Amino acid sequence: MSPPVICKTWPPATAERARVEMDGAAELPLVEVNDLSVKFVSRETTVYAVNKVSFAARRGEVLCILGESGSGKSVTLRTLMRLLPRQAQVEGRVRVNGRDVLAMRPRELRDLRGGLVAMVFQEPMTALDPVYTIGQQIGETVRRHTGCDRKAARGRALELLELVRIPSPERRLDAYPHELSGGLRQRAMIAMALSCNPQLLLADEPTTALDATVQVQVLILLRRLQRELGMGMIFVTHDLGVAAEVADTIAVMYAGRIVEVGPVGQVLSDPLHPYTAGLLASTVHGQPKDRDIDAIPGSPPDMRRLSQGCSFAPRCSRRSAACHATIPEPRFHAAERMIACLNPTVRV
Amino acid sequence: MAVRPVLDPRDRGGPAQPLLIARELRKHFPVKGARGKSVQAVDGVSFTVRKGETLGIVGESGCGKSTLARLLLHLVVPDAGELVFDGDAVGASDGIAVDALRRQVQMVFQDSYSSLNPRMPVRDSVAFGPFIQGRKKAEARNIARAILGKVGLDADLFGPRYPHELSGGQKQRVNIARALAIDPRMIILDEPVSALDKSVEAQVLNLLRALKRQLSLTYVFISHDLGVVRYISDRVLVMYLGRVVELGPVDAIFERPLHPYTKALLASRPSMDPTRRIEEPPISGDPPNPIDPPSGCRFRTRCPFAEPVCESTAPQLAEWLGQDSHVAACHMQDLASGHSRAGQG
Repeated sequence: MSPPVICKTWPPATAERARVEMDGAAELPLVEVNDLSVKFVSRETTVYAVNKVSFAARRGEVLCILGESGSGKSVTLRTLMRLLPRQAQVEGRVRVNGRDVLAMRPRELRDLRGGLVAMVFQEPMTALDPVYTIGQQIGETVRRHTGCDRKAARGRALELLELVRIPSPERRLDAYPHELSGGLRQRAMIAMALSCNPQLLLADEPTTALDATVQVQVLILLRRLQRELGMGMIFVTHDLGVAAEVADTIAVMYAGRIVEVGPVGQVLSDPLHPYTAGLLASTVHGQPKDRDIDAIPGSPPDMRRLSQGCSFAPRCSRRSAACHATIPEPRFHAAERMIACLNPTVRV
Repeated sequence: MAVRPVLDPRDRGGPAQPLLIARELRKHFPVKGARGKSVQAVDGVSFTVRKGETLGIVGESGCGKSTLARLLLHLVVPDAGELVFDGDAVGASDGIAVDALRRQVQMVFQDSYSSLNPRMPVRDSVAFGPFIQGRKKAEARNIARAILGKVGLDADLFGPRYPHELSGGQKQRVNIARALAIDPRMIILDEPVSALDKSVEAQVLNLLRALKRQLSLTYVFISHDLGVVRYISDRVLVMYLGRVVELGPVDAIFERPLHPYTKALLASRPSMDPTRRIEEPPISGDPPNPIDPPSGCRFRTRCPFAEPVCESTAPQLAEWLGQDSHVAACHMQDLASGHSRAGQG
């Protein structure tokens, strides 16, 4: 691919980001992913989970990767920390803070995980260890990365529980995960992720398992922490509404490829890719009750047998013969938006 | 939406008779290892389902909505309370037997995969209901073919397949087909689209609407997704910790919610507009544990308007005045409750 499809020019939206720019650190994107492909190979079959994905994320920015199940969004996120099973074959280049993650040795990886990059998972109950208290689990991370003693680590854990606004934090330090409600558990996991001041926070559907009234609390918390701590955040979700609440930039994935990137407001109000437009139209939010919803026909492709052309073509109302023949190259539309489609909803 | 006239030979009570009446349903599950304690999953729930309508049930996890769905079919036997189906009391000696009820009421579950037999081709799964009810095998197969076509699956292509060979949306279509195979009058849909991707969710919602029109069905539609409930329901019932907090026509609930919990639930919906993000959480905290629910009003621990009366007395749903009445179980709605804001909200 000749022109790099790095989404490098989104202007900073917040004061924090402007501050980072003055330091000069923003010259270099926090995350740079080029031509990343991940496939899972087993004896019977090969699943092409991520196919030539390129993107960049900047300090102080929230990048939302939006996609349905099987679109490769979680695999992409996990690759940034190399949290993939052994059968995964990874190609391409992944750089976080200028360092090549794919070339790291195990020791360097252990420093990276929880240090420079931290992750908040979808299911706090399975991601936390049931036999250790919250305080022990946070303290362990702190001691591993800073080398401080148990007492200092416990102090830091308490500070973190206060940061994520867990009520009566002293008591909660000695609680086991099963003693906390879903919302508190997710807050504890966020506290653990923040324990070593990561520069990049990865969030994999962190609110999907939560109730509506709790989800909004956690979203507001994540947004506030990201802004106050000036972190970069990559947030994976399938929910357009959640993306609208947290994102600065949205990258839409379909069948292992990024099909559209742009600032959140523009993507939601004026989607370029027919898939994004279809997703917006089929999300139920106040449509008239007497009409059918404009659903996208068909179902997502089989990731074991991807076609030669655009993977969305079989479901697309704007497809032409060329769509079945070639995979559309990502192109820029205006300065800020990228799209990979031969027949976008607007002339590019 | 007007209730359609139902022309069904099985209709006993006439159009004015609610298809289903639930009175004071209660189900407490004992907790192992905790003497005398129980999860108060459903605690005194009453409502009616009119013929031809869609009643939406919303609430957060643990509020008892799925237990309620199972109670309606006696998949879980209620501890107390009464069910009346088209004028006949369920399980009573002069009423309707549970197996007869299940011939007229069917259910579609959330997890489309685990609710199908993995060793059976889906056409056999669909044909199983009619077969077990006495149809000949060939006849049951023909019914299955016709129904699979109705839910948008080509019977020749998909019928011989096993559940693992279908996508999530296709499996849910099979589950809907199976529910329809014995020609029920009412379907209880327990989070039928929650496990589906958005693009497929819309297809299934459209299908459910079309089937309801064609077959004059009545739906009880359970979901935590307020957007979906608003779209599909005629009336909505809001649950919190095993109790009904509000019940009314869908537009009234969404445009003029009465109960503080309903208001908070509605305010927690993402805006879909990045320029109008939610800045402050509408309420704090998580729903309390249903093992030891708060006394009085169960929402009082999270309610910004809680007063002593909320702790001492459980608010009752106001009396139903008519079919379209909009009622909430809140002391602020009751002039005689002694709450300082009574009558203001």
